[in-house]
Amino acid sequence: MMTAFPADAILVLIEVMPSGALARSAAGLLGAASDVGTPVALIVTGADRAASAAQAAGELGAAFALTADPGTDSSSLAVPTVDALSAAADLVRPDAILVSNSIDGRDIAGRFAARSRLALAVDAVGIARDEEGIVAHHSVYGGAYTVDCAPTFGPPVVTVREGAVEVRAEATTPQVELLSVTPSGAAAATIESFEERAVTSSRPELRGAARVVAGGRGLASQEQFALVEELADVLGAAVGASRAAVDAGWVPNSYQIGQTGISVSPQLYVGIGISGAIQHRAGMQTAKTIVAINKDPDAPIFDIADFGVVGDVFTVVPQLIAALSARKA
Amino acid sequence: MKIIVLMKEVPDTYGERKLNLETGLAERGESETVLDEIGERALELAVAQAGQIDDVEITVVSMGPTTATATLRKALAMGADRLVHIADEKLAGADLGLTAEILSAAIRRAGFDLIIAGNVSTDGLGGVMPAMIAELLGVPHASTLSSVDISDGRVSGIRETDSGSMRVTAELPAVISITDRFPAARFPNFKGIMAAKKKPVETLTAADLGIDPEALDTPRSIMLAVSQRPPRAAGTKIVDEGDGGEKLAEFLVQNRLA
Repeated sequence: MMTAFPADAILVLIEVMPSGALARSAAGLLGAASDVGTPVALIVTGADRAASAAQAAGELGAAFALTADPGTDSSSLAVPTVDALSAAADLVRPDAILVSNSIDGRDIAGRFAARSRLALAVDAVGIARDEEGIVAHHSVYGGAYTVDCAPTFGPPVVTVREGAVEVRAEATTPQVELLSVTPSGAAAATIESFEERAVTSSRPELRGAARVVAGGRGLASQEQFALVEELADVLGAAVGASRAAVDAGWVPNSYQIGQTGISVSPQLYVGIGISGAIQHRAGMQTAKTIVAINKDPDAPIFDIADFGVVGDVFTVVPQLIAALSARKA
Repeated sequence: MKIIVLMKEVPDTYGERKLNLETGLAERGESETVLDEIGERALELAVAQAGQIDDVEITVVSMGPTTATATLRKALAMGADRLVHIADEKLAGADLGLTAEILSAAIRRAGFDLIIAGNVSTDGLGGVMPAMIAELLGVPHASTLSSVDISDGRVSGIRETDSGSMRVTAELPAVISITDRFPAARFPNFKGIMAAKKKPVETLTAADLGIDPEALDTPRSIMLAVSQRPPRAAGTKIVDEGDGGEKLAEFLVQNRLA
């Protein structure tokens, strides 16, 4: 029998990690969906993993879970998931389609919106519902402006910035259904091999982290950048960097916070030896609390810092680490 | 081989950028405008390929106001062979869907084997345009590439994702997007600047592409409200007098951040 989906259904594409676990974006997406309607999760993964993934989505608030097996298509980039999303949207007739604003999510949302001719809103930091439907909230130009968007008609496709939505849905037991998908035959790139990024530390991932410690030019060398990592570990924070530190080769590209790197909106951001050029501020100024340590009293980062220490990072930071470690002990 | 490079004029990130609070559109007069850096890297890749493959023609396709032509001409000085500029007042404030339709139509009109774009623009930060265009043109796409190899009618490369890196390959014609792992663009030299003056620049409207931007049969994303966030006020600033680290620790603990 066909499942009847609620009129206020919000279709949520859940990404599954190579390990089989749900991507960390799942909790925020289902939380955002639960705030404006009934979350219906779509999970594209191998049949052997579907049941546990559906269960996990239920724990994060999915009232319904549709599972689709990409089968032999799994080596095609993005297209099989777009096909599944199309089938799910036809079946569920949702009020909105939510996708993570991840690298894969953007590809899938872009193709899906173009194919289905639905309005697309990207990098939303929240969603709401008014009498006409779903509205996406955006934070643009590095948080300097807030913009609300909605489609002229039809359900919007919205990519949601990871870590931006704090609402969490209540755990439930989802109604699970296997989705039947007709492949579109759309031309796709082929994935020839995949290398999972080795987890080099127990530190949280920068994207979506609740706490971030970032280092810049003021660290002066790769060896001394270790100070940033040490403080991050005491705070249980992710490590980031300014473009200057990345360009100097002290840390990999993936650490870069800012306009051309990752945008973060953590509860706590600590900038060490970072002057706060507008390029960097664009990627962190929506942090709830900003703390900065810099020897230059005129560094622009102090203009937006909730707490700033003008001083030598090589004396202030070790003292901070010692004080925090002493409290923990 | 026909290579299309997608480029655009953006407000300079190194300056203050403004939105008009009534229209929600970028205040182009208020900030310096530049060619988006990631698009310049895409063009640099195309120019480098042209040095290795015979008979490459590089066309830059861009949508933007008439005033952007001056900025876009730099691309010709950097080595592009021709410029297709879609400039139409009716396209001001075009959403992603309309932009994708316009660019796809212009690309189809110009003819293409490979479309190269940056992974995300520095103004909109959308990162969806290459995938949308691939879907509309019915070709494969490989996004977020940190290396690219073009040979035997295929484009291959390393695609960086959030969970790892993958080797991907696609048959041409195809769309790719590249990251800032690719080298920055060369500065145009005097010879390039002189040669650019003779290169063809075609200016098109939406009507030239057979698209009515005001058609009501396709849903568009519209702006309901725009507001300026009050500038973040500076909080406490202390000068370290030997106990700066301890005072900072106290601040973190008091605010339950440590």
